[in-house]
This record gives sequence, C-alpha cells and structure tokens, in this order.
Amino acid sequence: MKTFNYHSAKDSKEASKLSSSNSAFLAGGMTTIPSMKLGLASYKDIIDIKSIKKLSGIKVSSKSVVIGATTKHVEVANSKEIKKTIPSLASLAEGIGDPQVRNRGTIGGSIANNDPSADYPSACIALEATIHTNERKIEASKFFKGMFETALKKGELIEAIEFKVPEKSSYQKHPNPASRYAVVGVYIAKHKSGVKVAVTGAKPCVYNDDDLSKALESDFSASSVAGMKLKSSDMNSDIHASAEYRANLVVIQAKKAVEAC
Amino acid sequence: MASLVGSRVERKEDKRFLTGKGRYTSDINLVNQTYAIFVRSPHARAQIKKLDISKASKASGVVSILTGNEIAEDKIGGLIAGWAIRSEDGTEMKCPANPPLAKDNVNFVGDPIAIVIADSLDEAKAAAEMVKVDYKVLKAVTSTGDAMKGDTIHDGIEKNLCFDWLLGDRQKVKEAFDKADKVISIDIINNRLVPNAMEPRACLADYNSGSDEITLYTTSQNPHLSRLIMSAFGNVAPEHKLRVVAPDVGGGFGSKINVYNEDIVCSWAAKKINRAIKWVAERSESFLTDIHGRDHVTHAELAVTKDGKFLGFKNETIANLGAYARVFGTVTPTYLFGPCATGVYDIPAAYSNVKAVFTNTAPVDAYRGAGRPEATYTIERLVEKAAMELGIDRTEIRKINFPKSFPFKQTLVHTVDSGDYVAGLDKAKQMADYDGFDARRKESESRGKLRGIGVTSYFEACGIAPSAAVMSLGCGVGLWESAEVRFNPTGQVTVYTGSHSHGQSHQTTFAQIAADELGVPMENIDIVHGDTDKGTFGMGTYGSRSLTVGGIAIVNACKKIVEKGKRVAAKMLEASPDEVDFKDGEFVVAKSNKKKTIGEVAFALYLPGSRDSDFKSPLPEGEEPGLKETSFFDPANFSFPAGSHIAEVEIDPDTGEVKLEKYTACDDFGRIVNPMIVEGQVHGGLAQGIGQALHENAEYDETGQLMTGSYMDYTMPRADNFPEFNIGYTCTHATTNPLGVKGCGEAGAIAAPPTVMNAVIDALGGQEITMPATAEKVWKACKSMKKSNAKAA
Repeated sequence: MKTFNYHSAKDSKEASKLSSSNSAFLAGGMTTIPSMKLGLASYKDIIDIKSIKKLSGIKVSSKSVVIGATTKHVEVANSKEIKKTIPSLASLAEGIGDPQVRNRGTIGGSIANNDPSADYPSACIALEATIHTNERKIEASKFFKGMFETALKKGELIEAIEFKVPEKSSYQKHPNPASRYAVVGVYIAKHKSGVKVAVTGAKPCVYNDDDLSKALESDFSASSVAGMKLKSSDMNSDIHASAEYRANLVVIQAKKAVEAC
Repeated sequence: MASLVGSRVERKEDKRFLTGKGRYTSDINLVNQTYAIFVRSPHARAQIKKLDISKASKASGVVSILTGNEIAEDKIGGLIAGWAIRSEDGTEMKCPANPPLAKDNVNFVGDPIAIVIADSLDEAKAAAEMVKVDYKVLKAVTSTGDAMKGDTIHDGIEKNLCFDWLLGDRQKVKEAFDKADKVISIDIINNRLVPNAMEPRACLADYNSGSDEITLYTTSQNPHLSRLIMSAFGNVAPEHKLRVVAPDVGGGFGSKINVYNEDIVCSWAAKKINRAIKWVAERSESFLTDIHGRDHVTHAELAVTKDGKFLGFKNETIANLGAYARVFGTVTPTYLFGPCATGVYDIPAAYSNVKAVFTNTAPVDAYRGAGRPEATYTIERLVEKAAMELGIDRTEIRKINFPKSFPFKQTLVHTVDSGDYVAGLDKAKQMADYDGFDARRKESESRGKLRGIGVTSYFEACGIAPSAAVMSLGCGVGLWESAEVRFNPTGQVTVYTGSHSHGQSHQTTFAQIAADELGVPMENIDIVHGDTDKGTFGMGTYGSRSLTVGGIAIVNACKKIVEKGKRVAAKMLEASPDEVDFKDGEFVVAKSNKKKTIGEVAFALYLPGSRDSDFKSPLPEGEEPGLKETSFFDPANFSFPAGSHIAEVEIDPDTGEVKLEKYTACDDFGRIVNPMIVEGQVHGGLAQGIGQALHENAEYDETGQLMTGSYMDYTMPRADNFPEFNIGYTCTHATTNPLGVKGCGEAGAIAAPPTVMNAVIDALGGQEITMPATAEKVWKACKSMKKSNAKAA
C-alpha cells in the first residue's frame, strides 16, 4: 500500500480546509479502503471525519427524518423512530451488505460515492431528500450526476441527509447473487404531491422512472405497473444481468414494492 | 467397552480451530524471513520478448529477483502430469513442459514469470510493479468446445489435443443402438468451477546451510507426495534433504493436491538466498492460479427399448485441461470419469471417448468428485430425459436398469462389491415424500410458481486402488497408504498417518478407530500427520481415500500391535499365545481371571525387566523390545459409495429465481465411523454440488481474462441458498476392507448437480438449460415456455 497522511478532523471546517485535489474524506471506508488496497486509488491525505460528533445522529419529526452523514447503517436499521416513521428506510439499511459493512459503513459515504448499485441513493430520490453539506443544501434530484459522480465540489462535505416522510413507501431489490449488491432496486414512495419510483442498479446512475411514477399516480396499485414494458436500451448489461432482464426486474420489483406499501 | 466406531464423538480438533489456535502456514514466521511476490502474466497467451528487472532489483528492501532463466540454468524441473494416458490409436499423450517460472511463453493469465523477494511484503509488492516485461500478445484459445480449431498453443501439440482416449467397444455399442426402439441424446456443458478453499495457498521455505536441508511449510493435501515430486521431477533437493510440512490446512477440495510453481520456486530460491521465504496468495491469485475443476463439453446418447431398458450408451466428451497438464489433470477426465458415466445401471454396451484439450486458461485438475460429478451429471440427465420421453416414472426407469445382484460387474471397468440401489431409492422417495409431490406442485401453481422434482441415483468409485491396477493404467505412483502406531512406555498412543486432514476430522475419526482396536481411551490417542519427518510415507488425502485406505492401514497396524502384545502377555501370564484373548484393552487367559492390560504390556516391552528378577525378561525369547508397528495398506479394489438424492425447486417465473425447497440425500457409505462428521461431509458436498448447479461459474472472456475473478462476480453459495438438508442412509458393508467402510467426502458434490438440474428442468417442462441455472437464464426459459404454451393453446 502507498503511504499517505492521516488526519482526524475535529469539525467540518477543518476537514474541508485539509482537503485538496489529492485527498479523500474517510468515514466508514467501505469503498475507499478496498480501493486503496487494490491499488485502484491512492491519496496524499486521508481526512477522517468519524470523530466529528455533529455529523452523526438521527432526528425524526412528523415531516422529516434527518440522518447525520457518518451515521452507520446499523444505527438506521435499528432506529425505533425511523422504523415508525419510514419503515422502508430502516429495512433498506438492514439489507445493505453484511453485518461488518453495516457496522462501519455510513449513509454519507454511500451517497457521496454514488455507486450505481448502491441502495441509499434510491431512498434519497424516492423520499425527496435534501442533502445538507457544509456549504449548501442540494435537492437529491440534482445531487446524483452520473456513475460515481455527484454535485459535490472539492472539499464539500455532506453533513446530513433530510428525508421527507411519505404517506407510504417500500424498497425492493433483486440482489446480485455473488456480491448481494442490487442488480435492480426500486424504492417507491407515495407523497401527497405525487409518487416517486427511484431505481438503482438498472442504469449508470440512480433515477426516477417517470413512466412508473405516472402510472402509479393515476392508480396506486400493483396491477397498474404489472406488465409494463420499459425501454432497456440505456440500461446496464453485464455477466449477471442483461439490459432486457434488468428492465423486467424494474417492473417486477416495482410491483412488489407497491404490494408491500 | 462400547464401540466408538459408529458414535457421534465430538471433534477433537474443534477446540483448537474455534479458539483461533489452529496453526496454518501463514501463521508460521521464521527469524529473518523474506517475503515473495510473483510477477504474473496479465495475458492469456504471449511471448516474453524482454524481461527487465534492473530498476526493480535496486528498489528498497529487495533481496533478490529470480526469473525463468535462473530456473533453467539450475535445471529445476517443471510441473508434471501424474498419469500417462494413451490415445485410442495407441499413441502416448502429449504434454507441454511447464517450468515453474515461464521463460519464453506464458499460457494463462497468472502464469508466473519471476519471483521478487524483499525484506517486507510491501517492498516486494512495490518492486514487483517495477519489473518490466515486453510481451508479444498472441491470440488466446479459451473455449473448450472450439479448442481443437484454435491456434496451436504448445509447439508440437497439434489441435491442442493432449489425447483422444477411448474406453469401451464402439462396435458393440453400434450393434446395441441398431436394436434400440429409441435413442435419447443430450448435449451438456459441465461448468467450470473455482475450488475456493477458505485458506488461500501459501508456503514458507527455509534453508539450513549447516545441514543443507530445505524445509517447506505449505498448504498441501499430501506432503509426502509433494516432496517426492519436488525431489524426483523438480530437482529441488534429494528427498532426505527436503522436509515438507503441511500443518493445519484450511480446505483443499483437490486444489491443494498439486505441487505448485510457488512451492518449487520458493524452496529453490530459499537455498539461493540462504534465507527463509514466505509467500501467501491473495484471494485474486487463488482465483487465477489454483487449479480449476470440471469444464467438459459432452454429447451423450442412450439406446433404450420402449419399456425403458437401457441397451447402449455413448459418451463423447471434450475436456479442458487448461494451459498445462497437472498431477491429476489427465486422469480426472479419463479413468475417474469414463467408467462411471454408465452410472448405477446395467448397460450391456458402452463407451466413453474423451478428447482432452489445452487452452489458455488456468490448469484444470481434480476438484471434489473429480470426474465422477461429470459422469453422474451425464448419465443422470440422460436417464431423466429418457423417463420423460418414454413416459415412465423417473424412479421406475432407474429400478428397471439397476443391477440385480452384487458384486455388480459394471459395463466399463468396475466390479462393485456391494450395494442395494433399490433400497436406497425407495428410502429416498419415502424421506422426500415423493408421492406427495403432485399436491405440492399444484399448491405452487396456485401461487403462480413453477415447481419441479428431480432424482439422481449415483454410485462413485473412490479410494482408488489397487496400486498395480492404477499403475498399469498410467498412474505414476501406487495408491496405498501407510500408518505407524506407537505406544509410549506409559501407555498413550501416537498414530502417524500418511493421510492428511484439511477439514476431514482425522484427529477424531482415526482416534475412534484406534481406540476400538487397542482398547485405549480416545483422549490417550494422538493422530499425527502432515510432516514428512514424522511417519513413514503417505499418499495423502483426496478421492475419499483417507478412511478406506489410510484408516485401514491404521487398523492393520493396530492388529500387529495386538499380535505382539498377545505374545508378550502370554509370556507374562505364563500361558501360550493362543490361549490369550484381547478384548477392551485387556489380554485375558481363557477360562481364568489372569490378565494384563495393554498398557502393562507396553510398559513391559519398553522396560523389559525388574529389580531382583534374576535377569529374567518378561519378553518371549527373540522378541524385540518396544511397541511400534507399521502397516502399508493397498486395497484390493476401489470403494463404491452410492445413493439416491431427490430435490424440489420452486421457480418464480417473473424473475427466474430458483428456490431449492427440499433436498433429500439417502447415501450408502457402508459402515459409518462418526455420523456427525459424515453429516458435515454430506452438507459440504451438497453445498458445492448445489453451488455448481445454481450459482458457481468460472467464466473467461475470449481474450482469456477471468471475468469471475472475485466474490463480486463469482457466486459462492451461502447458507441462505440452502434448505435444511434431509439426510439418511442405507448401509451395505464394503467387502473389500475389514471395517466395511466406503468413502463419503465427495458424494454430495457428485449427486447434487444432476439432482437439482433435473428438478429445474422438470419445472421448466423439460426445457434444457445449462448450469448454473441463474435467474436470468431461467427467466428466459420461462418466457419461451409461456410462448410455446400460448401457441399450443
């Protein structure tokens, strides 16, 4: 492994100040550390943000759930308040990786990384989240830009994610049999203002499927999406699932999600 | 004293393993040791134009960098195929040289070309990145089926064909097919697998310049055999100057039978640099360079009468050897495969023809089951298809063709000593509630799901023997096993075995056997294995041979101990040896209360005299002191476990996901030494067999890159992929060994793939599908089923 400087920042300001074009923020390290070990990434400075107390924790009100960036998946999965307000969000967290990952991985890390098959980005889209950074607030629909790409600027640090409490919601995924990442995950949330159908795994970046949203807005039932044919030409295709199969899975998982709502 | 053989004795090794006290190769560290990284080919097929180590050699911490040139200069030999196979036309097989470090050509991704030795692992890694290699990349051959049409990989081996082997009589088969009412044919692919032992390969080589001895700690299933090969073919050191130690080994499944490049190179290099060298594979190296398993393309036909009698069988197979032929690489697709391909059936005429081909992929060798899973998959898929096409119940058609008596002279090679296939199948049916399946299928259908049932009746040939037979078929060594039983003066026993435990629980089962034979408590018996400096010699553990060969050697050595003890006890008890009986650890003079324990006799043998005994020895005249006996056991025949398995799957046609709902295994392993350990073996075998059927697949792209080179892409089955296994037994004792035991380690991996696939294909209405039956493949099959159903309607 290449050598690097390790810093433990005491607040967001310091973390931001330490960052450069050759640095990385370290929270759970679930992606950063394996990438470094495999030689796929190397940094001059690693800025550990885990000891910034302000970045961790869960605040729940009747309208929103605010989760600090370094809150671990296990904390979201076990939160009684989240289970009560947005149960689908707790169960999404419970389905990430394995116990070791859930005990270290953080929500902020997952979102900042924006892996095309990560679970949390779909929650952000479906639950119309606002991403709070040390500099501004970004709507989820403008945050996820492309594969492993977000609206975050250099030195910008996610502090918290604010989810809108929906009327009902569900997240269903078809896991990759090897890695258990989502081949396709569909997060459906019914809000007063409309229905969101966030899809992860199917395309290079999480997105809201407008066709499915429209269908469910006019009739929120499994039968309104069952049998829908989605365009597969821009979907991912790999040894685990062809684009055509992914397109099918989006519809099937959407159906399951509606049924589970 | 109750017999320990047959009881669920807890594993003696568990405390050690479960408390982290195991001692694996990478746990061992030697003073002043160095660390090795191998520079490996990133290309599947290339010429090495230039190898530049100048910059790397100057890097921090580098002790030495050695390449194929030095290997060649020192005349270090390469890796070998352990069995010579002859083609149908009488010519000998053609194998390429396989130097431990490639000098001129590389033939698979991962082929090692240099060893970088440094003071630390990080320094070795950093320096390895500085080794510059100019390759001329050549077109790779990766497809098993098309290998014979590809470019010639190895000079002089035309069509990449190692051999074209035939077992059986083509003419007789033709005549049988001419008489058939129907011919059932099938084209199958036996998917390639990566063994994935939990402990990656590792070695630590040490050189003692004082004694000129090399000690190699390595992850081996057969340390003595490794020493023999490294000495006789590798020219690393003479056998008496080479010690091979295989300490705790975390799983092998066949992948640790071979002597590997790293073993030879590190042993040789340790002497060169006069320092110990440690190498531990990273998981990605294991994926690339451990031997792989299976990888057959088969066309098979079965000639049948309309009432389901089998008349003839043809098996045309192309077997992928990978880039080089290794220890069991050539026997696995021939003698371990061909004879078993006629399965548990009395088929009058049969042949197996196997073309073994080289490709630019990792070497393919014996992997749990080795040849018998491929054989069983071939015949059992064919039989199931025959049942479907003839409209005969799948279990009835099997019974019609089972042998009517034992010993059963199987069509191609084997004479099966014992078995009762009807009883096994009937019991499996009852355990699985076979007759209740239709109701379960309807229930699944009411929920929109597809349900299928699949059956396999298998036998397998393991504990390969006798030596004279296997050597006449081309094996380079005899497949006997040795044991040495030593009494200490104070009565405990040490058993040295040539078998090797890398998960098989020998510490427990072998102690159970010795305890029964000697009447000594199990806790006073230690089993020692895995070190060429301890024990006589050993052929190691693979092919379910430990108990049926190694275990019997222990029994026989114990019997010799008892015989000697009897002579001594007779003298001590003033009786004649034939008046003395041995039971429960005591020598008793018949019709008297005179007795000596085996401990007392051992004590007398080591301390043969006493104060004021007038120079009288307790030993009979001419008897040597001490109590230690050795036995070499060469069985008269293979061991033939058999059984019937039944699987039930439910398919979600929306996603194609296959859920294994029920799995029943009813096996005949002869006499069972420890039912708990056998259950563990069956569970593990089933996990691997079901893994092959539903999850695992090693896939190369056309340039020879392994696309499934990590757990992100290679699906290892996990606990939640399995139902609770329903396991039962029938028991016919083997007649070829005194314990009546048969091998159990591979059965699950042999029987499960066809059982599960027969169930999947049944659920799909007979539609063929290749392994692994992944969700997308099954979803596509469901779609075309819907289409054809719609047409029919």
